[in-house]
Amino acid sequence: MTETLPATGKTRRIRLADGTGPVLAVLAVLLVALAFAGPAYSEPAGYLALLKRAAPLMILAIGQYFVIVSGGFDLSVGSLVTAEVVIAARLIDGDEGATVWVIPLLLATGALVGLVNGLITTRLLVPSFIVTLGMLLVLDGAVFLWTGGSPRGALSEAFRVVGREGFEVPLLGAVPWSVLLLAALVVAAVVFMRGGTGRTLVAIGDNETSVLLGGGRVERLRTLAFVLSGVSAAIAAILLGGFAGVSAQVGDGLEFRVITAVVLGGVVLGGGRGSVVAAMAGALTLEALFSLLNLLGVAGGLESAVQGVIIIAAVAYASVGRIPFRTRRST
Amino acid sequence: MATGTAVAPRPAQRLSRVLQPTVVVYLALVLLLVAGSILVGVRGGVLLDQGGILNILTRSTALGLVAIGQTMVILTGKLDLSVAYLIGLCSLIGAETMAGDPGMIVPAVLLTLACAAGVGLVNGLVITKLKVNAFIATLGTALIIRGYLESAYSGPAGEVPRAFQHLGYARIGPIPVSALLMVALAALAWWYLMRTKGGYHVYAVGGDEEVARFSGIRTDRTIIKVHVLCAVAAGLAGLFLASRLGSGAPWVGVDAGYDLESIAAVVLGGTLLAGGRGGVAGTIGGVLILATLDTIFDDLGVTPFFKDVVRGAVLIVAVALYARRRGALR
Repeated sequence: MTETLPATGKTRRIRLADGTGPVLAVLAVLLVALAFAGPAYSEPAGYLALLKRAAPLMILAIGQYFVIVSGGFDLSVGSLVTAEVVIAARLIDGDEGATVWVIPLLLATGALVGLVNGLITTRLLVPSFIVTLGMLLVLDGAVFLWTGGSPRGALSEAFRVVGREGFEVPLLGAVPWSVLLLAALVVAAVVFMRGGTGRTLVAIGDNETSVLLGGGRVERLRTLAFVLSGVSAAIAAILLGGFAGVSAQVGDGLEFRVITAVVLGGVVLGGGRGSVVAAMAGALTLEALFSLLNLLGVAGGLESAVQGVIIIAAVAYASVGRIPFRTRRST
Repeated sequence: MATGTAVAPRPAQRLSRVLQPTVVVYLALVLLLVAGSILVGVRGGVLLDQGGILNILTRSTALGLVAIGQTMVILTGKLDLSVAYLIGLCSLIGAETMAGDPGMIVPAVLLTLACAAGVGLVNGLVITKLKVNAFIATLGTALIIRGYLESAYSGPAGEVPRAFQHLGYARIGPIPVSALLMVALAALAWWYLMRTKGGYHVYAVGGDEEVARFSGIRTDRTIIKVHVLCAVAAGLAGLFLASRLGSGAPWVGVDAGYDLESIAAVVLGGTLLAGGRGGVAGTIGGVLILATLDTIFDDLGVTPFFKDVVRGAVLIVAVALYARRRGALR
C-alpha cells in the first residue's frame, strides 16, 4: 500500500473496467475546461479551492458507496447532515471549550443513526430504501422539534477551522485542512476496500446468498456499511458547518446528489460493482461541472437539468451494449 | 430479496395472500380512527364530524391519485421519483392553457394529460431501452423538469375558471366529488390489475422480470405502460391541485413531498417495494392512514415537526411487521 493515489486509481480501473474509465476521462476534460474558462484555475490554488468545495460531497460519496455496493440505499444522509450541524450549533453555542467534546459526540451520533439504519435493515428485513426514508422523516422532524423551528446557537471558531482554514505548503500555497482530511479518508477507504472486509462487502452486493453460504457475516457487514455512511455524514457535516455556517437547509437534497455522484462514478445500484475511488471521482466531477456551469454563467435552473441529463446519460452509457448478466432490482 | 420460490402462484392462492396485508391496513385504519376519536374527544373535539371527514378525504385525494399510479410502477419492481415535479408542471400547463376561459377546460385537461403521458413515456423508454435503473432514470427526469420549472417560473401562474374550481370544492354531503373520482380511479386500477391480462403481466414482471420475459410477456411494454399510467395519474393530481388553488404552482408537488410520500403510502399499504405483491386497495388504505394521522395531529394541535417523526416511525414499523409476516408464511 505504498502507491500514490492516482496509481491506485489506475490499477483499480484495469481490474474493474466498469464505469471507472469514463468518469476519469470526463473529470479530466472538465478540469481542463475549467482552466480555460476561469483565470482562477490557472494555478493550483483554484483547484485546491475546488477540492475544498467538493470535499463534503466526496466524503459522503465514500460512505454512500459502502452502502450502495453492498446492495442498499442511504437516503438519510442529507437530513443527518442538517441534524448534525444544528446539533453542533446548539451544543457549542459559541463556547470554544465545548468543541473538544462536541466533535466526538457528532461522530458518535452519525454512527448511531447508521447503526439503527443497519439493524432495522438487516434484522427486521425492511428494505433499506424504506428504513432510511423513515429515518429521513424522523431526523427532519426531531431536529426541528428540538430547536423549535429554527436553528439556534453558533459554532465556535475552533470547530470551523477544519472546514474553513488551511495550512501553508511550499509550491502549492494554502492547502485547506479539509483537503488533507479528504486525502486521509481516501487512503483509508482504498485500504479498506482492498482488504478482506471490503471485498466481502462487494461480494454481498453481488450475491448475498452465496456470501452467506460461504460463511460471510452478511448482516454484520451490511450494518457496518450503514454505520460508515452515518460517520461520513457526520464528517461532511463538520466540514459543511465550518464552510457554510449554520442553516436548516445545509443538507437539503444532498442524499440524491450523493447518489448521483456515486452512480456517475460507475457504481451499479443494487450493488456488487464499482470502486470507491470512482465514486469519489464521480462526486468531484459533479462539483467541477457545477463550477464550470457557474463560470460560464449558466442559470441555476439549468444546473439541475444538466445534472439530470448527465446521470441518465452516464448510466445509459454504462449499461447499453453490455448484456446484463442479471436483472437488478432497485431496492 | 425474493428467493426462487417466489414465482407467481395460482390466482386464488395469490388473492388470499394479497388480501392479507390489505385487511391489516384497513384494521389499522379503523383502530387509528377509534384511537384518534377518543384522543380528540378527550380534548373536547370531534374527529369524524363533517369537517373532519371532509379534511381527511381532501387530504387523501391528491396523494391518492399519485399513489395509485405509483402502486402500478412499484408492482413492476420500479420506482417513480419524478411525480412531485411532474405534478407542479401539470398544474401549470393546465392553469395556463385554461387562462380563466371555461371553454378551454377540456382542451387543457387533454393537453395536460398528454404532456404527462409524454413524460411517463420518456421514463419508460429510458428504463427499458437505455437500460437505466428506474431510480436514476426518474431522478434524472425529475431534475430536468425541476430545471425547467426553476428557469421558467418564479411563482404561481395561469388561472383556472370558476367552473373548473368546482371540481376541487364541490361535494355531496361530507364527501368531496374529487375524492369520489379518486376512488373510482382506484377501482378502475384495481380492476385492471386483478381482472385483465395486462394487470397479470404487471405482477409477473414484478415477480421476476427475467422469468416473465422467458414466459413470453413483453416486459418492456408492460414497464412503459405502467410509467405512462403513473405519469397520467400524477397529471390528474396536478389538475386537482390547480383546481383547489385556482392557479398553477410550480412547487406544489415538491413542497408536499409527493414523490417519497407516495412511495411511503404504497409501501404502508402492503405492496412489496421489490415488486410482484400488493395492490391498489392497500395503497388507498395507506393513503387514508397518512391523511387521518395528519388530521388527528391538527386537531390535537401537535407541531408539524412531530408529525414527521411519527410518520417515519409508522412507516418503518409497518414494513417491519409485513416483512415478519412474510417470513413466517414461508
